[in-house]
Amino acid sequence: MSNTVIEFNNVGKQYILGTIGTGTLSQDLNRWWANIRGKEDPFLKIGDTNDRTQKGDSRFVWALRDINFKVEQGDVVGIVGKNGAGKSTLLKILSRVTSPTTGNIKIKGRIASLLEVGTGFHPEMTGRENIFMNGSIMGMTKAEIRSKFDEIVDFAGVAKYVDTPVKRYSSGMMVRLGFAIAAHLEPEILVVDEVLAVGDAEFQKKAIGKMQDVSKGEGRTVLFVSHNMAAVRSLCTRGVMLKNGTVDFIGNIPDTLDHYLKNGEGVQKSKIVDNIKWSKNSLKIDSIRINDTEESSSTIRNGQKSLKIVIEGSTEEDMSYDIMMTLKSKEGIPLATYAMGHYYGNIQHLKKGHFSLRRELELPNILSKGIMTADLYLHHPMVEYLMKAPDCCTLESEGFQQGFGRALSQEQNGFMGFNDYEEK
Amino acid sequence: MYKDWDIIITNRSSLLNIDLHEVWRYRDLLAMYVKRDIITFYKQTILGPLWFVIQPLFTTIMFMFVFGGIAGISTDGIPQAVFYLAGLVCWNYFQDCLSKCSDTFNANQAIFGKVYFPRLVVPLSIVISNIIKMAIQFTLFLAVYIYYFASGVDFHLNMTILLVPILIVMLGCLGLGFGMIISSMTTKYRDLRFLITFGVQLWMYATPVIYPLSVMKDTYPKYIWVLVANPLTAILETFKYAFTGVGEFNWLYLGYSFAFTVIILILGIVIFNRVQRNFMDVI
Repeated sequence: MSNTVIEFNNVGKQYILGTIGTGTLSQDLNRWWANIRGKEDPFLKIGDTNDRTQKGDSRFVWALRDINFKVEQGDVVGIVGKNGAGKSTLLKILSRVTSPTTGNIKIKGRIASLLEVGTGFHPEMTGRENIFMNGSIMGMTKAEIRSKFDEIVDFAGVAKYVDTPVKRYSSGMMVRLGFAIAAHLEPEILVVDEVLAVGDAEFQKKAIGKMQDVSKGEGRTVLFVSHNMAAVRSLCTRGVMLKNGTVDFIGNIPDTLDHYLKNGEGVQKSKIVDNIKWSKNSLKIDSIRINDTEESSSTIRNGQKSLKIVIEGSTEEDMSYDIMMTLKSKEGIPLATYAMGHYYGNIQHLKKGHFSLRRELELPNILSKGIMTADLYLHHPMVEYLMKAPDCCTLESEGFQQGFGRALSQEQNGFMGFNDYEEK
Repeated sequence: MYKDWDIIITNRSSLLNIDLHEVWRYRDLLAMYVKRDIITFYKQTILGPLWFVIQPLFTTIMFMFVFGGIAGISTDGIPQAVFYLAGLVCWNYFQDCLSKCSDTFNANQAIFGKVYFPRLVVPLSIVISNIIKMAIQFTLFLAVYIYYFASGVDFHLNMTILLVPILIVMLGCLGLGFGMIISSMTTKYRDLRFLITFGVQLWMYATPVIYPLSVMKDTYPKYIWVLVANPLTAILETFKYAFTGVGEFNWLYLGYSFAFTVIILILGIVIFNRVQRNFMDVI
């Protein structure tokens, strides 16, 4: 039986752009007057969707609009989206720091939020006092905190400093203590926003482990916002992608991340050539085709042997060049690089005028299934860059599979598979 | 399928939907806040809580020189030290509650912006932790009072003294109520914050702290309504009357103060409760 613990119904949040100036008092009166007559708020009808890059007509924007989804008990939901997509606003509404303009959220169980580690610490008070203070801010009773006290101190690794004012703590100790308190809370629903961005690698690992215990072992529900894709992937079971304040995609976590990366952060324009970040003044690029298309997303088919790159343009001076391309995983980790100049010292020369550069890469026989982003560069190795186009396109590999075989996945099996060795 | 939701987050809620039950659930937090205020007050000081005593003591001595000596304002025959100290202990408590409560949203915006807990806990904790400060100052008052009593001053101690705990609660509630209203208003319109700093000083002079009501009656009978309308007047006069038998004690005035306190407190809680839900967007 499904057991919904959180339900978002048409949740929306409207903000007013710019400073609060002379207009507000009259707007307040206007609102109040409409309210008295039992009419709808006159300012709710207007407003743009929240696309930061485009200048809107209205001073009113919807940071969130028409959010509808449900969370089941035990789900670990990763909320992804670009900066400004509304992730933090959503969590703020959920943790009741601010209220929605429209709609409602229904929640079953106690909810605790960990929006930023260490808020609520009083610098003059000792670690011990702050543990009690912070715990009770998060809704624990004194008895609960006392029973968890040793565990918290142990997890944070601050046993020696527990009776020292926290203003003497290093920032790392403060963060660890803050996380330890929150992680040992026992709410039915835990809301976590970007806490893993701080702390050293060892602590991050510990923190992720603790959160996995919380969700898997104890069946509690977690909502998690992070830009750390690896953390989202390893922790979450379901994903929600927000885009300009609306829900763009809901699904299991691999699908959501795929969707996010196809439409998301790195690749912005639909034409590869529009994703050039920088090029030399004397150089003009007219078109780039990767994998036989100018579009910035394409598919590498099952069994495809090669990948074509075509760059066309013109140059005002003679130049020496090589083409370099790096394929990266969704998390931005480099997987493989094509760079003849670097391997062999092969450098090509171009005369002034129009050019059309063609390359064909040999793909590994057994390529895994998954999504990659490509960085494309024109450079004179060890001398200068001619053109930089990082994250210029995404390539989705179908994965190699034959007969009764099964395609391996990039996340679990790596970029490529090995074959048996055969002497040629 | 039947669902019993624990929390429903919406924009609309009825005006009087105040979850006091929730405040009760967070009583441990309330205790922690009180403890924090007390502990942090005298961290890294040598004299510690003694500072609570030093401030009214020296203010009283100054008052004795300036208002009692130079200006020669009558104290209705009560020893000056007892008279000023009685006024100061009451006024200080009210003023501390008022000025600290009125800064609630502003001073706590960092924590309020991150986690949810019933915001009412914070102003409540201020009133409670100030009661402890008040108790220390009250002990000072009693010490001075007993000293004069022992040295033969004839105080007319009377049954009104039983009202003193109620008077103190009224002072706290008035400070709380006004403080919450001002705090709620300053989130959007900051003008009030400037008003409060000098407004409180002016208010003290419109309250019989350094002069008895009788002096005002003799000097400015035309403006006596200002003092009568001031809800603090009756409280301070009753307080002084209870210990010395001198001053105005009038059930009508006190009843007015009481009603005023109740209304301000309810109004404060309602406004505060309304503002707390969205103040992060406007502060």
